Amino acid sequence: MKIRIKFRKSGVMKFIGHLDIMRYFQKAMRRADIDICYSEGFSPHQIMSFAAPLGVGITSDGEYLDIEVHESKSTKEAMADLNATMVEGVEITGYVKLPDNAKTAMSLVAAADYNLFFKEGYEVPFTKTEARQAILEYFITPSEVLITKQTKKSEKIMDLKQLVYDFKVEGTEEAPEFYINLCTGSSDNLKPELVLESLFGYMNIPYNANAIQIHRLDVYAKEGDKFVSLLDMGEEIA
Amino acid sequence: MTKLALSDEILMKIDKPARYIGNELNSIKKDKEKVAIRFAMCFPDVYEIGMSHLGVQILYDMFNKMEDVWCERVYSPWPDLHKIMKEEHIPLFGLESQEPIKNLDFIGLTLNYEMCYTNVLQILDLGQIPLLAKDRTEDDPLVIGGGCCTYNPEPMADFFDLFYMGEGEISFYELFDLYKKMRAEGKTRHEFLHEASKVPGIYVPSLYEVTYKEDGTIASFEPIYEDVPKTIQKQIVLNMTEAVYPEKPVVPFIKATQDRVVLEIQRGCIRGCRFCQAGMVYRPVREKNVEHLKELAYKMLKSTGHEEISLSSLSSSDYSELEELVNFLIDEFKGKGVNISLPSLRIDAFSLDVMSKVQDIKKSSLTFAPEAGSQRLRDVINKGLTEEVILNGSRLAFEGGWNKVKLYFMLGLPTETEEDMKAIPQLANEIAALYYDTVPKEKRNGKCQITISTSFFVPKPFTPFQWAGMYTPGDYLARARVVNEGVHAQLNHKSIKYNWHEADVTVLEGILARGDRKIGQALLKVYEKGGIFDAWSEYFDYQRWEDAFAECGIDTDFYTMRERDLDEIFPWDFIDTGVSKEFLKREWKNAHDEKVTPNCRMKCSGCGAMKFGGGVCFENKD
Repeated sequence: MKIRIKFRKSGVMKFIGHLDIMRYFQKAMRRADIDICYSEGFSPHQIMSFAAPLGVGITSDGEYLDIEVHESKSTKEAMADLNATMVEGVEITGYVKLPDNAKTAMSLVAAADYNLFFKEGYEVPFTKTEARQAILEYFITPSEVLITKQTKKSEKIMDLKQLVYDFKVEGTEEAPEFYINLCTGSSDNLKPELVLESLFGYMNIPYNANAIQIHRLDVYAKEGDKFVSLLDMGEEIA
Repeated sequence: MTKLALSDEILMKIDKPARYIGNELNSIKKDKEKVAIRFAMCFPDVYEIGMSHLGVQILYDMFNKMEDVWCERVYSPWPDLHKIMKEEHIPLFGLESQEPIKNLDFIGLTLNYEMCYTNVLQILDLGQIPLLAKDRTEDDPLVIGGGCCTYNPEPMADFFDLFYMGEGEISFYELFDLYKKMRAEGKTRHEFLHEASKVPGIYVPSLYEVTYKEDGTIASFEPIYEDVPKTIQKQIVLNMTEAVYPEKPVVPFIKATQDRVVLEIQRGCIRGCRFCQAGMVYRPVREKNVEHLKELAYKMLKSTGHEEISLSSLSSSDYSELEELVNFLIDEFKGKGVNISLPSLRIDAFSLDVMSKVQDIKKSSLTFAPEAGSQRLRDVINKGLTEEVILNGSRLAFEGGWNKVKLYFMLGLPTETEEDMKAIPQLANEIAALYYDTVPKEKRNGKCQITISTSFFVPKPFTPFQWAGMYTPGDYLARARVVNEGVHAQLNHKSIKYNWHEADVTVLEGILARGDRKIGQALLKVYEKGGIFDAWSEYFDYQRWEDAFAECGIDTDFYTMRERDLDEIFPWDFIDTGVSKEFLKREWKNAHDEKVTPNCRMKCSGCGAMKFGGGVCFENKD
């Protein structure tokens, strides 16, 4: 039986990297008595995969892992058992059964929502109104917004208009917060900080990565021309 | 959620920030307003090593079970963070509270390996606690040391207010009660230390005066007050089954060296190898009840979710219920994706059968620790393993499909000759030849691989070899060269690989292991010159140590090269480990006579440990 689990990662847990989060969940499955399936072979491992690795320093309300189990408790019980053995900063927020022919979350990820805001103690270099005006001029009005993505091996020109589905500013006038919905998971994978950094560049304001907290809100798959939250692709178990 | 001691900015630029944030599963947070004693349990090495230390896990669990004590963990900040903390004057903090340890009542430091001594100074320095005990005031925490190197605390005496001799499970209750009482009475630090010196197992170095003879050896070692004990009795747990043990050990986020449940099955060793400090100071052997261990295994796997369980003891094969325990673990847990790891097993039919069930034969290797190449030298060191046993075990293993063998030896043992050194590659060659004789060509899984590793012997306090002299680094390397040339001369040399240890570190370990109080000033200098993480070859700098000793006018040959007289007063003689100096002298003589001493179960040799009133000394005697 295929199960998709949604969890939240907050607080100091943002410093735990993806590989260690995987190890953390492998141990958590044992503690919570989840009847998870193991691979064959001399050193069997749990059938488990994560939707989209989260970088160190980023918090999230929308993390996903898929597992295969022999049998499952109800959604309510499984969530309670898992949450009873979580550390502070990791919380299970969803547990659904997927159709047997479901593809893994990892292969389906198409977009993600992010919230970016200034950390406490850092100067905010503009007001919400100024930021809103800048987004209008830089991102909304032009028909093409080209940026250069620097990778280890090469440079790649990308058009933000094609990859960023939504880019807006909210929050208060003194503490503006950005919301970005963008293409994730494919070869055109784009990081939200790159989008924000390019806006800062347009505004002629130096971008200090240390000042910005990135928070992932949710991850989506594409069904037809609609984005669907990964959790909505399964059913709760009564 | 606890506010971290380090900023996001720092944590994002250092290696493995998870080392410094705490918050691990099963770690303990308490309300600091509701506890009477706050204790920082420090292990002076990096997090991944320190988190794997069983002694710290036991004490962390035991202290936090006391309602009015909050014990936190501290590990050595890696050099990247060390630099930042020094530059920005960030005080070292406990992982649980993220608060400076200088505000706590006790700083406990584990002395587990001599080369970590500079890291002890690092912890105090980053903690913003005066390095020298004599400079500390009423506002500073009490610094207490424990662990296996504490059996000669003298090189570290200047830096500690107290030391705890022996197993931690016993006297901390009394020490903490005394502390609470005297603090309530408004007594001073000095008054407390004076009273604490009377608690069994507690040694307060500042209350003892050492005088030296002209030749540098000790003339006298006496307490400065009449009511302070002359000798300190090692503390031990008599009933291991009833002793506290962490049923819910802390589970690190990053992979620690021991990323598994560790089940301690017994303490001590019956074997009496003459080089082995643990085999002497942890006497007598005390076993845990097998039914209790089964229960613990269940609880600990459940509370941690670890995918592996390992047995811990000095010699697992000597545990009387080993078969029952191992079969239980395999039957209960193997099918549930739990690996079972069995270190320190003697190779015989039983252990090979077990290993074939729990390991991938193609990948795993057999380990023998003959320690010496020739039977003569093995008799000198009282290592019972014979060539026949090694070859029989190897043949069984080769028949069972193994083709990798690891062999561990020591060079520089007392009375060692060139013949003894040459016997090492000869033994490896015989094992390789046995493989080609035993396994027909069509069944071979490639060549057999014999790996020889040699370390250089360091004489340790409270062993029969505590009187032995050492060698110069050049001499040690010459010994390794004899082995290396010997390997190349063997018929099967293509199947044999040889690794040897560094010689400089060996000499330093020797100085620190049997050093006296005069060494402390040099340690301080090494630290001031930037010495930290000396246990890590990439940070170890021999020159720094040589310079420090020279500046202090210390002749290191005094500590290493001398064979001691039988009547010399050693810096550690004030400690009573239960094993008498008379027994050690007898064993030192037996070594020279190449006479083997039977193990504790075969025959009692009257070492003295019977006076504790438990363990193997009283087996079948009820």
